[in-house]
Amino acid sequence: MNTDNRLWQWISHILLILLSILCIIPFALLIISSFTAEDMILKEGYSFLPSAFSLDAYRYLTGNLSLIGRAYGITVIVTVAGTTVSLLITSMLGYGLSKKDMPGHKIFSFMVFFTLIFNGGLVPTYLIYTQFFGIKNTIWALIVPGLLMNGFNVMLARSYFTMTVPAPVLESARIDGAGEYRTFFQIVLPLSLPIMATIGLTAGIFYWNDWNNGLIYITDQKLYSIQNLLNQIMQNIDALKNSNSAYGSGQILDLPGETVRMAIAVIGVIPVLAAYPFFQRYFIKGIAVGAVKG
Amino acid sequence: MSTNTLVTPVAEQPLTERRARKKWRPYLPILVMMLPGMIYLLINNYLPMFGLVIAFKNIDYAKGILGSDWNGLTNFKFLFRTSDAYIITRNTLLYNGTFILLGLIFSVGLAILLNEVKNKFMSRLYQSIVLLPFLISMVIVSYLVFAFLGDTQGYLNNTLLPLLGLDSMSFYSDPKYWPYILTLVNIWKTVGYSCIIYLATIIGIDPEYYEAATLDGASKWQQIRTITLPLLTPIIIIMTLMAVGRIFYSDFGLFYQVPMNSGMLYDTTNVIDTYVFRGLLQSSDIGMSSAAGFYQSVVGLILVVLSNYAVRRFSKDNALF
Repeated sequence: MNTDNRLWQWISHILLILLSILCIIPFALLIISSFTAEDMILKEGYSFLPSAFSLDAYRYLTGNLSLIGRAYGITVIVTVAGTTVSLLITSMLGYGLSKKDMPGHKIFSFMVFFTLIFNGGLVPTYLIYTQFFGIKNTIWALIVPGLLMNGFNVMLARSYFTMTVPAPVLESARIDGAGEYRTFFQIVLPLSLPIMATIGLTAGIFYWNDWNNGLIYITDQKLYSIQNLLNQIMQNIDALKNSNSAYGSGQILDLPGETVRMAIAVIGVIPVLAAYPFFQRYFIKGIAVGAVKG
Repeated sequence: MSTNTLVTPVAEQPLTERRARKKWRPYLPILVMMLPGMIYLLINNYLPMFGLVIAFKNIDYAKGILGSDWNGLTNFKFLFRTSDAYIITRNTLLYNGTFILLGLIFSVGLAILLNEVKNKFMSRLYQSIVLLPFLISMVIVSYLVFAFLGDTQGYLNNTLLPLLGLDSMSFYSDPKYWPYILTLVNIWKTVGYSCIIYLATIIGIDPEYYEAATLDGASKWQQIRTITLPLLTPIIIIMTLMAVGRIFYSDFGLFYQVPMNSGMLYDTTNVIDTYVFRGLLQSSDIGMSSAAGFYQSVVGLILVVLSNYAVRRFSKDNALF
């Protein structure tokens, strides 16, 4: 029996180490190639053990701060603003829905629920945002369409408020004379840190990684986020490749090289990887809470 | 987390109008707090639902959405007369079906393995690592895939295939590779996330079951088969039915970014979502695009309702509505 246990420990560790390697290897290739000399990539292809290292890609980035720095700034602004607003309206709506004895509770709940199962789809959404609200090529296009993330986070917050904030605490706050706003911001929110961290992290990752809204609503390069910049570089390269005969090969030289692309990707990934360990505990707990009662 | 469910007395008595108004008043601050979210839902989610009529119109930007002429089912006739409708439906269903099945096997397997690791630190480390792919954008994923599969500079064509004595392959111009590539990428990206859900359930299983089984001399394998898996079954069924309800929707980024929107690969990479997107923004074929979008939304709704009905029969608590 003891040997059975030990055998399982060994098997689990070996398999999990293998899986972990599979998960990390692409990142390793990305980072290594951003430090590889450009001509090595052209000659030997992407490699885990390149024969020459170089910091040229990062020098190029620091030399082109107007382009890259701007995209980075847009990404940061959109992430901070989007996450803050998203967290605020998501938690307030979720808190309202957790008041099960409120008149109209069922109607409001259904209105949030229904968005989870039915939507107008891309074409009407696009037309309404561009024709009625005119958000094409404005910073709002990067923030507004993702704010509530399909209502799933609202349901998550609602479940958490109902399950973990004890009614007596709310009752005693009321007796002490706290209004609803005060109760919410000073008592409920501090008690709900894990779910706030989860929703904040999900929203933060969404905004940091979002290229979709930029692809749909932004054509003005000044408003490109890091992800849209990466996307655009790749599309330009493809466009040139697919019509190689039409263009002279000279034009390709104007595009950032392979290593520069990888360097932009690296600086796009790093903030997420750096922030994640601090939130990991909450994040895993939050997913678990959400899954147990979505 | 403690799970002391609070029983709120719900007074569901018929109220006269005056009493009803009185009942509303204390909730006014709550309603104010809910207002921004509700307004957002109206704009972002409900307004576009009315926009579904676009599928039945011949959109003319000069006349606006409401002013454009009706053209009945013409858009749908055009859509279903092309081979596109068949290809995108087939691809969407086959890919998502594969993802559901393989994703389930891998994430449950991973959750069981993670649960076996008794070293707390290592277990947390593994969890963090398998979640990494979930944290990055599809644009970055497409860069990673390109670094491995690129025709001239890719790792596979330069290092791995020559090592195995194989000829280089043109991944980005041959559609036959993509069902495997996209499935692999999808599993790689999502399995760490979904395994957490199963892991949370396994951790919640009463340890006494396992202690009793150990006393009876059951091996680990027997314990997994007779305790873990049966107790996981409800959540597995629910997660699967929910995924089936969304089988008409695909991960747009996976099918758009990872194959780099390559026209040569459409045969095996085009799904309803990418078709709608291209119709709207690249070929400006709003008619067919909105018809496809309508088809997706409505069939999607039917599937969600059916699968919810199934979830409901299985476990009322976990039904969506």
